[in-house]
Amino acid sequence: MISLESVSKSYANGVPALNDVNLNIEKGEFVFIVGDSGSGKSTLIKLLLRELTPTSGRIIVNDYDLSRLSRRKIAKFRRSIGVVFQDFRLLKDRNVYENVAFAQRVIEVPTRQIKQNVPAMLSLVGLAGKYKAKTRQLSGGEQQRVALARALVNNPPILLADEPTGNLDPRNSWEIMKLLEEINKRGTTVLVVTHNREIVNAMRKRVITIRKGVVVSDEEKGEYIDED
Amino acid sequence: MRISTLLYTCKQGFKNIFRNKMFSLATIATIAACVFLFGIFYAIVVNVQQSVRAAESSVAVTVFFDEGLSQEQIMLIGDEISKRPEVASVVFVSAEEAWDSFKVDYLGEYADGYEGDNPLEGSENYEIYMNDVSKQSSLVSYLETIDGIREINRSDATANILSNINTVISYVSLAIIGILLAVSLFLISNTVAMGIAVRREEIAIMKLIGAKDFVVRSPFVIEGILIGLIGAALPLIALYFIYSNLILYVKDEFAVLDDILKFMSIEDFFSRLIPIALILGVGLGFLGSMFTVHRHLRV
Ligand SMILES: Nc1ncnc2c1ncn2[C@@H]1O[C@H](COP(=O)(O)OP(=O)(O)OP(=O)(O)O)[C@@H](O)[C@H]1O
Ligand SMILES: [Mg+2]
Repeated sequence: MISLESVSKSYANGVPALNDVNLNIEKGEFVFIVGDSGSGKSTLIKLLLRELTPTSGRIIVNDYDLSRLSRRKIAKFRRSIGVVFQDFRLLKDRNVYENVAFAQRVIEVPTRQIKQNVPAMLSLVGLAGKYKAKTRQLSGGEQQRVALARALVNNPPILLADEPTGNLDPRNSWEIMKLLEEINKRGTTVLVVTHNREIVNAMRKRVITIRKGVVVSDEEKGEYIDED
Repeated sequence: MRISTLLYTCKQGFKNIFRNKMFSLATIATIAACVFLFGIFYAIVVNVQQSVRAAESSVAVTVFFDEGLSQEQIMLIGDEISKRPEVASVVFVSAEEAWDSFKVDYLGEYADGYEGDNPLEGSENYEIYMNDVSKQSSLVSYLETIDGIREINRSDATANILSNINTVISYVSLAIIGILLAVSLFLISNTVAMGIAVRREEIAIMKLIGAKDFVVRSPFVIEGILIGLIGAALPLIALYFIYSNLILYVKDEFAVLDDILKFMSIEDFFSRLIPIALILGVGLGFLGSMFTVHRHLRV
């Protein structure tokens, strides 16, 4: 489903963010990506969405070779991926409902169906009562849940989540993780970047650890590894 | 594209206007200013041209005939003259008509003493009106070659002034159109730069969740067209009031000018100005929004 072959990424100012990364993630897997701040986790997510292109190496996602994607195919490719961005990236001057509905507009779901899907999704993430609120008036945790609802509403085959519980209290974090596990059980491949040691250790999933742009450990039923 | 997508697109285009009120207001003001300036300038050009044309059409070359020329010969000469391209019309004035109008113009009630005989016997003539007064000299040298013509009266001074005015108007028009275009482009590019800052993030987000260029662009383009329409409509309304009041004001206060200034009727003027102003406004709005969005689609 996702494969990286000796992928490196340096930013324009010369900062090397990822260095010779090789990864293979199969369809239906649930994977945690962990690592210290600045280790290159978000860079990895951005590469998988083709928001960035690698300096060298090859990335294949959902049978698309990302280095050979024409401009028109990029849009089509991105629709097969649900993303929760670390900084949410919500449309600020639209309300909660419109933000989630927009993902459905993009794939041309009929309005009648959108009116059923969006409220259902919002109550799943616990935001049913806030659908009219402008997103800039929401708390960090609420914005995070809107971003999650938008990522999930199209039922994508792949979900990339960059710290989807970073702004949530332990109880809400657990609820969201359970939701992601549930979605994974229905067949979606899930990649979660997180700093939440307790959850990682309790869920016993595959854990990939990145340190300074290098994959230092990749274990089934792994644990959160500290830098030492 | 689905109907619901189309409806959504139009609705978003409309809502966009209110989402960034400052930007919309700035753009509308810019377009309105351009259309307004254009309207004023257009009104001046059109009316001056109309007045000049009216003046031109009253300038005539008059030709008198050799004594004893027959009616047929006079008619033949008239036919020849009408064939010239610069000639708009040829009017025959008989000796009686010439005397009648002379009496009215110069003698008034003192004409009674001349009852019975016509002192202007043999003064029948052609008044030749032209399309283009600058061609007067060439017409006169042609007339001089015709047999049977005794005398040619021409009005060089008036003709020269009029054709000079015409030349000046066309140069001034060109210069002002150039300045207006430059000013519009400067204003529009400023507002567009402001719009870019506002929209950059939003467009990037749409692209990252898989929206096609078309879907991202359409609402902005519709927004641009709507803003262009509003930006053109406002100055049109203002110009309507200004124009109609100005005509009345000049007619009332400067009755002397009434002979010289031939105002175009407000209906004629606006039936010309409205389409031009709408094309100008919508065009500026459309191009501005296309340009703004285009630069940010490469995400
Ligand atoms: N746009 C950029 N330009 C230059 N350098 C960047 C850019 N984005 C990230 N970096 C650098 O690349 C490195 C990896 O950044 P990245 O955002 O991938 O880290 P991260 O693992 O997601 O960290 P965090 O846990 O804090 O989110 C960092 O050193 C960062 O400073
Ligand atoms: Mg990050």
